[in-house]
Amino acid sequence: MGGHLNINHLMFLGQGALWTIGLSLIALIGGGIVGFVIALARISPLKSVRLAGAIYVQLIQGTPLLVILFLGYFGLAAIGLKVSPLVAAGASLTLYVAAYLGEIWRGCIESVPKPQWEAAEGLALSRTQRMVKVILPQAVRIATPPTVGFMVQIIKNTSLASVVGFVELMRSGQIVNNSLFEPFAIYAIIAATYFAMCYPLSLFSQRLERRMGRGRSNLAPA
Amino acid sequence: MQQNSSSSEPIVSLHNVQKSFGALRVLDGVSFAVARGEVLALIGRSGSGKSTALRCIDRFEKVDGGEIVVCGHRVDRPDVNLRALRQDVGIVFQSYNLFPHLTIEQNITLAPCAVKGMATSQAKDLARKVLVQVGLEEKLHAYPEQLSGGQQQRAAIARSLAMQPKVMLFDEVTSALDPELTGEVLKVIEQLAADGMTMVMVTHEMGFAKGIADRIVFMHRGKVHETGPASILTSPTTPELTQFVGTGNLKS
Repeated sequence: MGGHLNINHLMFLGQGALWTIGLSLIALIGGGIVGFVIALARISPLKSVRLAGAIYVQLIQGTPLLVILFLGYFGLAAIGLKVSPLVAAGASLTLYVAAYLGEIWRGCIESVPKPQWEAAEGLALSRTQRMVKVILPQAVRIATPPTVGFMVQIIKNTSLASVVGFVELMRSGQIVNNSLFEPFAIYAIIAATYFAMCYPLSLFSQRLERRMGRGRSNLAPA
Repeated sequence: MQQNSSSSEPIVSLHNVQKSFGALRVLDGVSFAVARGEVLALIGRSGSGKSTALRCIDRFEKVDGGEIVVCGHRVDRPDVNLRALRQDVGIVFQSYNLFPHLTIEQNITLAPCAVKGMATSQAKDLARKVLVQVGLEEKLHAYPEQLSGGQQQRAAIARSLAMQPKVMLFDEVTSALDPELTGEVLKVIEQLAADGMTMVMVTHEMGFAKGIADRIVFMHRGKVHETGPASILTSPTTPELTQFVGTGNLKS
């Protein structure tokens, strides 16, 4: 094997990094939409809906993401459903992220004080109006820091999509390494690139949390 | 101060109401009625069932037995139209419960717009009107956290008034306030009473109850133990009320 790390290799890694961001966005948006439904299901007045939501969350949280990815790619292919690595990775991550975001958001909705529900109920607002106009705006504020924090997990977890042949940052690193065989240098670059994507988000999440903390102490009743 | 001559149906009536939390019997055959324009004060020790009785009127608690009729709604029945009931009943809580993400104006206009379909401009006029009523017109665009406890409670009363309820429920609305702020809230409630609003209030302010209530219901162990005009506070007939009024006087 030969050659040195050159601009073409770096361009290839850059492309992988873009796919990591793309896959993260797919996971965040898809997982966010499904997760929102899960959060609502978990607090539904209907017991059967609550139960279905709880089972979904427990199933996904009790299964390694790697296994979900294998099932989505190799498993579906084995029963005749051939999907592309992008679809398999996007769908698996969506299911995975939905379970966690659903739980985070359920907690945020439930942490809006119960008297807020009662006050809205006392004003004759319907359940949907109570949710949309009173509870969710408050829950969103509470949910922002942990959601941004969880995005860091999503970005890092997209690296698992490399096992189904999806060429994101990790997989592109493996490919470059296969031709150059300079694992230390290449994986150091990969690590630094992940760090560069995740660290700003971590910082942002921490800052949001601090700001929230101040806001909450101001809101404490006299 | 009020006119009690109204001969029509009572606005609120409870008949033999039963309510248990698990094994604990909180309401054990409670009956009382409130006529139009009447002010009724529910008093009693903590745990006597007075707050639960009040919350049953607005169906925040479901009763196990008995009959509750509020503005013609059969509240004890499972098929009661809750949204219609709550348009007729206003409730104000101990902890104000203003919506922290909305300005005072938005807090007040939310329900008239969302529930009654009122136009925004009309609702804003209404907000100004009810805020004048509680003496807070300058706080229209403030957020709840910028207000003192007493101001928040007055804003909560204004929010409730904007729905033009037929009866107002007050659940220990001054218990979270220090004496100075208590006064400004009580003054607003006094004015409402003078305007003829029908009210049921759970209160620990004996002096206030004496001054404003047309009738006192003293609750003890889930039962209406003694009831009568405000004068029963000065000349109680049961030893329990005597003792309660005694400790109440010591407190204030």
